[in-house]
Parts: sequence; structure tokens; C-alpha cells
Amino acid sequence: MDNQITPQNQIRNQIRNHIGRKKNNSDRLMPRFFLIMASVSIITTVGIVLTLITDAFHFFKEVSIFEFFSTKLAPLGANPSFGILPLINGTVLSSLIAMMVAIPIGLTSAMYLSEFSSPKTRSFIKPILEVLAGIPTIVYGFFAYSFVTPILMKLIPTLEAKNVLSPGIVMGIMIIPMVASLSEDAMKSVPNALREGAYGLGSTKLEVTTKVVLPAAMSGIMSSFVLAISRAIGETMIVAIASGSSKNFTFDITHSMQTMTGYIVEFTSGDAGSGTTGYYSLYAVGLMLFIFTFIMNLIAQYISKRFREEY
Amino acid sequence: MNQYESKIVYDVKGLNLWYGNDQALKDINIQINKNEVTAIIGPSGCGKSTFIKTLNRMIENVPNVRTSGEILYHGLNIFDKTMRVEELRTRVGMVFQKPNPFPKSIYENVLYGPKIHGVKDKQMLEEILETSLKSAALWDEVKDRLHDNAYGLSGGQQQRLCIARALAVQPDVILMDEPTSALDPIATAKIEELIDSLKADYSISIVTHSMQQAGRISDKTAFFLMGELVEFGNTEMIFSNPRDKRTEDYITGRFG
Ligand SMILES: Nc1ncnc2c1ncn2[C@@H]1O[C@H](COP(=O)(O)OP(=O)(O)O)[C@@H](O)[C@H]1O
Ligand SMILES: [Mg+2]
Repeated sequence: MDNQITPQNQIRNQIRNHIGRKKNNSDRLMPRFFLIMASVSIITTVGIVLTLITDAFHFFKEVSIFEFFSTKLAPLGANPSFGILPLINGTVLSSLIAMMVAIPIGLTSAMYLSEFSSPKTRSFIKPILEVLAGIPTIVYGFFAYSFVTPILMKLIPTLEAKNVLSPGIVMGIMIIPMVASLSEDAMKSVPNALREGAYGLGSTKLEVTTKVVLPAAMSGIMSSFVLAISRAIGETMIVAIASGSSKNFTFDITHSMQTMTGYIVEFTSGDAGSGTTGYYSLYAVGLMLFIFTFIMNLIAQYISKRFREEY
Repeated sequence: MNQYESKIVYDVKGLNLWYGNDQALKDINIQINKNEVTAIIGPSGCGKSTFIKTLNRMIENVPNVRTSGEILYHGLNIFDKTMRVEELRTRVGMVFQKPNPFPKSIYENVLYGPKIHGVKDKQMLEEILETSLKSAALWDEVKDRLHDNAYGLSGGQQQRLCIARALAVQPDVILMDEPTSALDPIATAKIEELIDSLKADYSISIVTHSMQQAGRISDKTAFFLMGELVEFGNTEMIFSNPRDKRTEDYITGRFG
């Protein structure tokens, strides 16, 4: 190798020296550090699941599976009974109501924002949606109890002060931004070439949106629905405040119902002594809740594969 | 209408177009005939795509576009208030630079147009499907997998599918914007062959950056430069004996 002092050689030497000086320590150590950081969430998840399972195991030593999947829930009675079906019922009904509000409004908002709105109206609506998403759930709960319920009572005289309808609707409102913005992202990422193809065949804007963009974005849209359902299932504050704590098994949404999350709130803030069956029932319900959201995640994954329109 | 006039599909008169304040087309006058292939050539950015997209008013999807002048399509001004743009686009099909089939089956792609325009009869749809795919020289290759996703086709097949999709709404004009620039030479040759056979039934305008392609497939050639139509005439004449110095420079490869 020649060592003439040309500018080129100077630069080469400098680069070589620099590479030689690097001890490669950070290149070796940083990936490990990243792994440790990534493990934090994995370890936490495993820890939570293990706690749930072991303590739920204590519960199932005392309570049979048959009792657990029954409709009679009376944890504090003289003769306590731990049927979870009223709670599952409350969770499913309130989530269904929420989705009936959030899906149509969220999806149409997404179609409008992605395909129809001018940049100006968009820049006006988007921040409002984000504010809606940032309101603390306790405020929504309060809103459901002291604002929506009284209005609904005027329309439905038989509505109880605590009922599942009002928090269901309010949860739906809370979830709208999530459905709208995730669906909008999915629609926005549909390549323009597809829209042009459809316009070129004489499609109207509405046809382009519903027949081309919507199907092409279906996987993202469906995932947004599933995430929204998970959110509704896990929502606690709104239902705890506005839906009350009735443990009756009923399908009448004008009645008070307790959800799985509501039950956990009631018993962690109440007087279920540590080590009692009532205390361990929290873990059994928590495990159920976990299974529910876990299944939702699986469904989301399946959907995003199944509905993927490759482009 | 006399014999000569009825041959004219498009009569463009004094067309100007602006993107905001930038003028992209300047006083374009051109006639596009039935059963002819008209090639549009010129260096990048000279307004070829802009021009061809104006012919089916696709350009209106770009915000802040303004036009003046007239484009008569079979004697009707396409900018006229009474002209429905969706109807115009069923009469004037378009094929794009990159194949853009919908992420659906081959079947759904071809029949998308007829279906949104209200053709419901199953037998008629089947017939449209077959004739369109045959006209696009794709039938033999796909007839056994009509319900497979279009994205499983090769690039050249996808582009022929896009042509079939355009033919399915029974246009009389087909606009093509560099339809082979994303394809390999063999696929390109197939498309060129196809264009030649489609000429019998359609009027075709094709943007191309390949002089050889223009020479091979077109009857008329229009040379654009910086938004102006510099020269327009029979392809043979333009290539062998251009009137304008700039055309000659471009064709002989001295710029662009
Ligand atoms: N959407 C647009 N907005 C603003 N200017 C544009 C747009 N599209 C094209 N132009 C401009 O118009 C001119 C012609 O462009 P184009 O028709 O795409 O040229 P070509 O297809 O011949 O390469 C160019 O100067 C280009 O920068
Ligand atoms: Mg172009």
C-alpha cells in the first residue's frame, strides 16, 4: 500500500484510524441493552398472567367451575355465590352498545376525513377528535351519569338511574376517535393509483370510496373495530359510575348491571379481606377479562391476515 | 357532418391549462381520429400526462387546476356544464403508467365498471368478461383462474388486465400514459401488438417516452415541448422529415 501524502490518502488514513479506534463495545453491548428493555414488558406480562392464574387457582379450589359459570352472583351474602355470567353479560352488553355507537359514527367520519373533506375542514375536525380521545374516562363517567342518563330518562321513562344503556352510549362516544383515526389511516394508505383506476372507469367519488377504498382498507378497518371492542371491554370508570352494581342477570339494558371491571373496582375499594374467597374471586374475574381481551387480540390478528387485500 | 369530420373523435381548440399560476399547456390545437393511434412524445415535464389526463378530465382531481379553450369530443365540449364527467370516462378509457388493478379477483376487476354502471344480467356480465379479456389478449392465460387475485399476475398481464377492465365499459377511445414503461421488453412487445389490434375498433392516444415505440405503433405523432405542441402530423413525416428544428433535435436525440 502506498503512503504518499495525497489528500485522498489522508482521508483514507483518517477513516481507517477512526474505525480502528472504535472498540466495538457499544456495537456489542447496545443490542443486549435493547433486549433487556424489550424484556421488561414481556416479564411484566408473564408476571401478571402468573399472578392471575395462581390466585385464580385458589379461588377454584373453593368454588366449582359450574358455580363460576352460573347466573347467581352474591359474593357478600351469608351463603355467597360466585356466578360470573351477570358480569360477562354486563360487559358484553355495554360493549355492544358502545360499538353500535362507535362503528357507524367512527367509520363514516373516517370516510369523510380520508376521502371527502378539504384540507381545511380536516385540519379543523382532527384536533377536535383528538381532544375527545384525551378526555379522562372519569369525566366521561360523570357525563354519562349526570347528563346522558337524565336525557335518556325523558325518552325512556322506565330507565333506572343506574343503567347500562347510558354508559354504553358514552363509551361509544369515547371510542369514536379511535375507530375514526385508525380507519382513516387505513384508508389514507390505499394507493392513489387504485382511486385513479376507478375514476377512469367513470366511478363517482362515492363509488370510489365504498367500492374501492373501503374494501382495500378493510383489514385495517376491521382491526380498528376489534381494538375498539377491547377498549370497551376493558373500560372501567364509565361503567363503574353510571351502570351501578346490580348483580342480577338480565338482558334489559334500562337496568343497572355490573361489568367485570366494575366488579373488580367494587371489591378492591371495598372490604373483601385478603385471603377470603371474595378476594380471590377478583383474580378469577381478572383472568376472565384477560382471556376476553386476549381472544380479541387473536381475532384482530386473524382479521388483518384474512382481509388483507394485497396492493 | 361530412365524411372527413365524422372521423374526428377529439377536436382540441386553443387549450390552455394552469396548475395554480404555472401554465402547463399552451394553446394546444390537435385532432384525434377514429381507428388511429396517436403518439404523444416529448421530454419529461413537457405536459404529456397533463394533456392526456385533460382528455377525460381526470386532471380535475388535482386541486387548483384551471383550463381555457375547448375540447370537442364527437362535437360536444367536454367542459360543458351538461357533460357528465362519469359518462365521459366510460366513453374514454384510461390505462396508467403502472398497472393498477384493484386488489380483487381478475373477474371482479374486469366487471367492476359494468357492475357500478348497473349491468346485472349474469349472462351479459359473463359475455363482457370473455370479450374484454379476449380483446386484451389475456383470455387464454387467465380463463382457468378468473377468481384468483389480480396481484398474482405478472406486470405485463396486470397491464393487459387493466386494458380489459377499460374495454369492459365499451369506450371508443383509450388513453394510455406510458403503459409499458414499467414492463420488460417481452411484455412491452405484447402490449404493442395488442394496441395494433385494438386500432380497428378504437381510437388510441398513447404517451410514450420511447421514440422507437412511437415509430412502431403510431399513425400520428404529436411532439410536445414545455407545454407547447411543437409539431403534429403523420408519424412517418415527423420521423423522416420534421418541419421544426426542435422536433428534429429531439428525435435525433440531441436533447430530452
Ligand atoms: N399535480 C401537479 N401540480 C403542479 N404542477 C404539476 C402537477 N403535475 C404536473 N405538474 C407540472 O406540469 C408540467 C407538466 O407535467 P407532466 O404533464 O406530468 O409532464 P410529462 O408527463 O410530460 O412528464 C411539469 O412542469 C410539472 O411540474
Ligand atoms: Mg408523465
